[in-house]
Amino acid sequence: MDIEKVEKVVKKKRTKFPEKLIQEIAEAAERHNLDDKELDELVKEIKKANQRAGVENGEAVGTVAAQSVGEPGTQMTMRTFHYAGVAELNVTLGLPRLIEIVDARKKISTPTMGIYFDEEYSADEEFVRRIANRIGKIILNDILKDFNVNYANMNLSIEIDEEKVADKRLDYDEIIAKIEKAFKKVDIDKNLLSFEPTISDPKHAIRELRLLADKVRDLQISGVKNIGKVVIRKEGPEWAIHTEGSNLGAVLKMEGVNKTRTSTNDIHEVEKVLGVEAARNAIIHEAQSTMEEQGLTVDVRHIMLVADMMTADGKVKSIGRHGISGEKASVLARASFEETGKHLLRASIRGEVDHLTGIIENIIIGQPIPLGTGSVGVVMKDKK
Amino acid sequence: MKKDILKHKLVPDHTILSDTEAKKVVKNLKVHPEQLPKIKADDPVAKAIEAKPGDILQITRKSHTAGKFVTYRLVLE
Repeated sequence: MDIEKVEKVVKKKRTKFPEKLIQEIAEAAERHNLDDKELDELVKEIKKANQRAGVENGEAVGTVAAQSVGEPGTQMTMRTFHYAGVAELNVTLGLPRLIEIVDARKKISTPTMGIYFDEEYSADEEFVRRIANRIGKIILNDILKDFNVNYANMNLSIEIDEEKVADKRLDYDEIIAKIEKAFKKVDIDKNLLSFEPTISDPKHAIRELRLLADKVRDLQISGVKNIGKVVIRKEGPEWAIHTEGSNLGAVLKMEGVNKTRTSTNDIHEVEKVLGVEAARNAIIHEAQSTMEEQGLTVDVRHIMLVADMMTADGKVKSIGRHGISGEKASVLARASFEETGKHLLRASIRGEVDHLTGIIENIIIGQPIPLGTGSVGVVMKDKK
Repeated sequence: MKKDILKHKLVPDHTILSDTEAKKVVKNLKVHPEQLPKIKADDPVAKAIEAKPGDILQITRKSHTAGKFVTYRLVLE
């Protein structure tokens, strides 16, 4: 049975079904070889069931969502409050991660990226390794063969291991250029380098030399800003890179990187690079995978509602004092949540007006709340 | 680069509505434009499709539950 035919029947019944439901009806009709009359009957029944399943007007969806996410959260606390290592990378999981997501933290504790490649490169290990070394942080210490601090001559001599340079697919001339730029007093003889410290006070000469030694070793010669370790993994037929630290904007600009699947777990970075709608999707994805990883299932609709609220203003804001709860229109609602004194004082200084349209305000003053049956009022028409 | 982000799997389809379409949408939803969810004019996607403040964007999301879901955002300054 084709989808268009089902759509036609649905339209005839004067109702609107979501795309997925229509697809499922079409599949079911196909499976059971329904004729036109039976299909008619099926749609009629589904129309009834669909109406019954829908959220009623005035339902407290927010409260239900909060409880539905909160209850499994209590089980999380008991099971994990630590880090679990995924492969060689440490990724925050469980309740701490969930809190991080709803709090919309600017700096998350373990940012990580999954980098994938365009089809022509995805099976090319050599290419992936070369990119991995351009993304991952490599310091001079990683490619040294010999390192000597000579206190008699007050200088520092290092030997660069050409094998390591080749193994890491680095460009030798680029490394030398970086070293020359970072240090002025450097003597380069092929792969033997010697450094001299700038000594301002002879009394601190030894200290200066040691400081220089650390500086030389820690000189970053390759890598994208904010990204540390990289792990190369084979996922099915293709190669992928996972990173510690994240810089979506810079990585997406690299050649060969798949621009549709490469992503990060840092929601603010997604917002900055891909926009609010992408951030909304990232929140849903992150929250759901965090719950699923713990063996808990929460209906996506609850998480979608949370994500919708967090991104409704065009920017990602947190739930709680500094975000949604802190921006409620009603003074009484805000004061009953957190920082009671601050809100009451500020409201009185500014002369804020409370229109008593929310739930909390009406409970406080003892009126019916605008929820369920309480959300309907009676309006009389003037007789003219 | 600017257009590349539109192909990302996290980014749903954004289209700018014409004035008449926008009026129809607002009327059908029975809301004021200001009551719609917002999107900033300097949002990467809004910039990529060159949306101006005051425009209404139609966003066609892929939904886990409905298959496809159409929503709207008002472009803010």
